[in-house]
Amino acid sequence: MWKLLRPRSATLRLWQVMVLLAIFAFWWAMTTPGFIPPFMFENDRQAAFFFGEPVKIFVRIWDWFVTDHDIYGHLWVTLLETVLAFASGTAAGLVIGMWLALSPIAAAILDPYIKALNSMPRVILAPIFAVWFGLGIASKVALGFTLVFFIVFFNVYQGVKEVSPTVLANARMLGAGRNQLLRHVYLPSATSWVFSSLHTSVGLAFVGAVVGEYLGSARGVGYLILQAEGTFDINTVMAGILVLTAFALVLDGVVGRVEAHLMRWQPRAGETEKL
Amino acid sequence: MTAPALSLTGVTCTFISRDDRSQRYTAVRDVTVDIAPGEFVSVVGPTGCGKSTLLNVAAGLLEPSAGAVRVFGEPLAGINARAGYMFQTEALMPWRTARANVMAGLEFRGASPADAGARADEWLKRVGLGGFGDRYPHQLSGGMRKRTALAQTLVLDPDIILMDEPFSALDIQTRQLMENEVLELWAAKRKAVLFITHDLDEAIAMSDRVVVLSAGPASHPIGEFVIDLPRPRDVAEVRITPRFIDLHKAIWDVLREEVLKGYAQQKLAA
Repeated sequence: MWKLLRPRSATLRLWQVMVLLAIFAFWWAMTTPGFIPPFMFENDRQAAFFFGEPVKIFVRIWDWFVTDHDIYGHLWVTLLETVLAFASGTAAGLVIGMWLALSPIAAAILDPYIKALNSMPRVILAPIFAVWFGLGIASKVALGFTLVFFIVFFNVYQGVKEVSPTVLANARMLGAGRNQLLRHVYLPSATSWVFSSLHTSVGLAFVGAVVGEYLGSARGVGYLILQAEGTFDINTVMAGILVLTAFALVLDGVVGRVEAHLMRWQPRAGETEKL
Repeated sequence: MTAPALSLTGVTCTFISRDDRSQRYTAVRDVTVDIAPGEFVSVVGPTGCGKSTLLNVAAGLLEPSAGAVRVFGEPLAGINARAGYMFQTEALMPWRTARANVMAGLEFRGASPADAGARADEWLKRVGLGGFGDRYPHQLSGGMRKRTALAQTLVLDPDIILMDEPFSALDIQTRQLMENEVLELWAAKRKAVLFITHDLDEAIAMSDRVVVLSAGPASHPIGEFVIDLPRPRDVAEVRITPRFIDLHKAIWDVLREEVLKGYAQQKLAA
């Protein structure tokens, strides 16, 4: 039996699920009132109050999605904010990163300002964006944009700087003009750097959306969480966090798929097949 | 008399250090070389003598500090569009398949994808990579990558071919195969070739003329030898003919001192 289940690549998924189940089982055991005698809190309801109960959390999620159908509107708003922030931040980072990498003078002039903007704690901008753009989705997109932009920007900038000079010279000898170099050399060369940054920026786009909602909104999953916190409904808070995590994973998976397709030219370690 | 395919007159290249403007290094000084249309000329010299600098000047990638470059009589401005360049190091675009790499130059020059594809396939077959068009460079061996690079350069049918130690990274067997292949392709089309190498055997076996550069800095031609070995040649067989050995000895007598000088300088700098 053990031989069959031993951790190896074929049973990887199984073990990953088992770790998840173990976490939930531990959580359930520690928080279910009366299951084990309280050793940290004064009575056996307090653990459930502070940490929520897994079963109730799943009932909550079930209600949201199946019984009451009332999360879709909120989820749609949050996802829309995330995707808009992600897309606009990535596009702007790509274009400005390319531009500055290819015009050293502009880069030299703007260098201190870019460093300053990057080191600024940008989450602090959320209230200002709320004043500028109102409490709708625009202020959340703006916050997510500032988080995503710099990550993509720095990676594109680096990626363009690291283009192999030989490949560049070769493309020029083959007759590539400025625009062709941009499209056929700089852009593909920067993509590997861009994708490594996109995984981080998907998460940050979510952070932007949820923090924005948290600070002031009338819709979105961040708003749901804020409401639940107001009434000390820890189960709903936890349910919101779980739903957000699941969707962040899905978005990251989509980025991974696109990456695998676009980066298939990259060498991978150990491409041999065991016969 | 027709104008030389490529003519370098009094070319001097001085590099200035980016950090310290007073630090100068003259790689080549007052180099004059003419290459007739259809002529195969090799430049040999000790390591670090500015051979690649000379080639970059001929390609238009590097502007000389002084001197003139003429291509079929016309002064060169910008990239030398009539030249194809085979680099010493990996120059294929890793994100393109072998076929797409060969097509690249044609695409850049505005050929239709169908036409470019057909000519790329033809050239891949000619360099023996017919079945490997859909591989990415990292999936090819070093020799196959060189052959792809060769096809990439020659598919454009350049009038001048510049080669910078193209086979130095290959093992000796693959290298001789590639050298023979290049000679065969060259014999069919008779383009002007400027071939840079540090390997005297290779230079003699392949060329019509061998130019010897002195050790750097400020290297310049110190000898020129016409190679009158009959063609077609097989690079492996020609090496054991008496005439080859005579030429080798004559050129090596000139080169040896420079090699020692170059070595001593590098040791001093280290």
